[in-house]
Amino acid sequence: MIDFNTLYNFLSGPMVWVTFIIFIGGSIYRIWDLISLVNKNEKFIYSYMSWKYSLRSIMHWITPFATTNWRKHPVMTVVTFVFHMGLVIMPLFISAHVILFNAAWNISWWVLPEGLADVITLIVIVCCIIFFLRRLVLREVKYLTTASDYVILAIAAAPFVTGFFAYHKFIDYHFWLILHILSGEIMLMAIPFTRLTHMLFAVLTRSFIGSEFGGVRHAKDW
Amino acid sequence: MAEASEKIEKKIIDEGLETGSKRLTEERIEKVINEVLSGETGARLKSYTDTCVHCGLCAEACHVYLSFNRDPKFSPAGKVKRTIGEMIKRKGRVSPEFIKEASEIASTECNVCKRCAMYCPFGIDTAYMMQTVRRICHKLGVTPLYIQDTAHSHAVTQNQMWVKEDEWIDTLQWQEEDAREEMSNLRIPLDKEGADFMYSVIAPEPKFQPNLIYQAAIIFNTAGCDWTMPSFPGWDNSDMAMFTGDLEIMARNKRFHFEAAQKLKVKRIVMGECGHAFRSVYDVGNRWLSWSMPPIPMIHAIEFYYDLLKAGKIKIKEKYKKSVTIHDPCNVVRGRGLHEMLRYVIHELCENVIEMHPNREHNYCCNAGGGVINCGPPFKKKRVESNRIKADQISDTGAEILITPCHNCHSGMEDIISYFNVDMHIKFISDIMYEVMEKQE
Repeated sequence: MIDFNTLYNFLSGPMVWVTFIIFIGGSIYRIWDLISLVNKNEKFIYSYMSWKYSLRSIMHWITPFATTNWRKHPVMTVVTFVFHMGLVIMPLFISAHVILFNAAWNISWWVLPEGLADVITLIVIVCCIIFFLRRLVLREVKYLTTASDYVILAIAAAPFVTGFFAYHKFIDYHFWLILHILSGEIMLMAIPFTRLTHMLFAVLTRSFIGSEFGGVRHAKDW
Repeated sequence: MAEASEKIEKKIIDEGLETGSKRLTEERIEKVINEVLSGETGARLKSYTDTCVHCGLCAEACHVYLSFNRDPKFSPAGKVKRTIGEMIKRKGRVSPEFIKEASEIASTECNVCKRCAMYCPFGIDTAYMMQTVRRICHKLGVTPLYIQDTAHSHAVTQNQMWVKEDEWIDTLQWQEEDAREEMSNLRIPLDKEGADFMYSVIAPEPKFQPNLIYQAAIIFNTAGCDWTMPSFPGWDNSDMAMFTGDLEIMARNKRFHFEAAQKLKVKRIVMGECGHAFRSVYDVGNRWLSWSMPPIPMIHAIEFYYDLLKAGKIKIKEKYKKSVTIHDPCNVVRGRGLHEMLRYVIHELCENVIEMHPNREHNYCCNAGGGVINCGPPFKKKRVESNRIKADQISDTGAEILITPCHNCHSGMEDIISYFNVDMHIKFISDIMYEVMEKQE
């Protein structure tokens, strides 16, 4: 039986480095691989790309209710925006994480008040439950859903669920803390190698279609 | 309705798909799929398949999905799952039966209208993926019979309808002769070097609708245009090879078309009221020939009529009285943003214009374009039933006349109004313009 301290020191020490090397290295590899594919068979893509139309398209799609399809799906729109914002904001601004950075590198920044962080965590968890129910209930989503969709949803939800239980010291604080660190690391490492890759590719696919609609088709894409 | 759609599918027998798929072996399928995937596709297909999170938000975009009672297998991502998704997952190891079905899905359940690209938060271009499926099926020789016949015609005659050179010239002269009854000095000038523009049409015009050439001639002569039509191959701007995935023949056609204009030393090409031909000349065929934009300035009839009306070269005697609605064709609206010019033209010609909803870029597809109507009689019932939403959309306007500047939209909606008993007639812009304009005596 490995004791808590050994495990904690490993996961919050060497494993963090491994995680970031895999996450950042993997992400660079995926983008490099995609660009090599462009160079191999689809060089014409460069002739389409336009900063103006890429940004025009991205701005519309990252603004809630700014596109026809966001307006057609108000619940999904709120859920997906809140979820994704939570996913980015929480790990960066939760006090426990900033304390770790401070301990390691003596740097710190603004943190979320604890009560608010707790509420956001719960909201993100609720969003995950809604995503899960969508997959079970909505015909058009259910038809497309594969096991991997549940796996990536679980990967994204796990750090929040375990973090919530750890913060509230539910039964065994150490147990949840270990799981929390581990699940966070799994999520980061999974980004380049699962469909969580949309975090890397979305901006590229959006830019391309935005450029094509703006520059060639002279039409809106939202 | 979902059950009904399944029943329809089971009944359909297409000789091209049947015969083609019987010739296949699994080895050949695997080889061809992997050749296309590694040799012809790249970052787009890779990023689309790796990025799609199966959220289902694209479903809302598709008229086939909406018309078949929201049956999820007809959603854009549903069609990807049933075709290219499976091919990629199984690394090309799929059966001849699978290829037959994939060809039917890509050729008859998707109009490559690109409406779904506007509904996907990532901008995934499902139409491109369906075109890739068609390309694979073409290389395997499994394409619906009727559209394959038009592709053969393109290959042999450089036009879509097996029109022979003498028949083409004869048809133009016949229209010229008829039109001279109405306008005595009218000409349809053939091979006039250095004219301002070459007018190009799709082959179904001389074949079935020569009156459209007649009307165009009246409009051009009235406006005092310096124009010409080629007497030789290259006069047809249409392109079914683009939709079967026979990209080599597509490129050859486009070369004939551009070269006809170059031989005639015209300043530009004006294209008739056709959508898919515009897509081929403006956005697809030119690129296959390595021109990012067409090598000769070219405009669609909408732009041309817009210029004529703006410049006062065509004057309106009395605006068209009947109520009209506008159907925005995908290839010139989502494909070229001509919707506002289209509205200007129609409002100049007609008194009572009623918009259908949704409209402009968001208009529902006619379900005929993208080569779907060209797959012919075996699929007609399925095609019409899979656009019930369009019938609802147009009948909600209560308009008497539907105007659409596209041949495929025109033919597709003729079928829809007759099948769903919508009390409406369909016209081209030139039909109306011819009727309401001031003509020389």
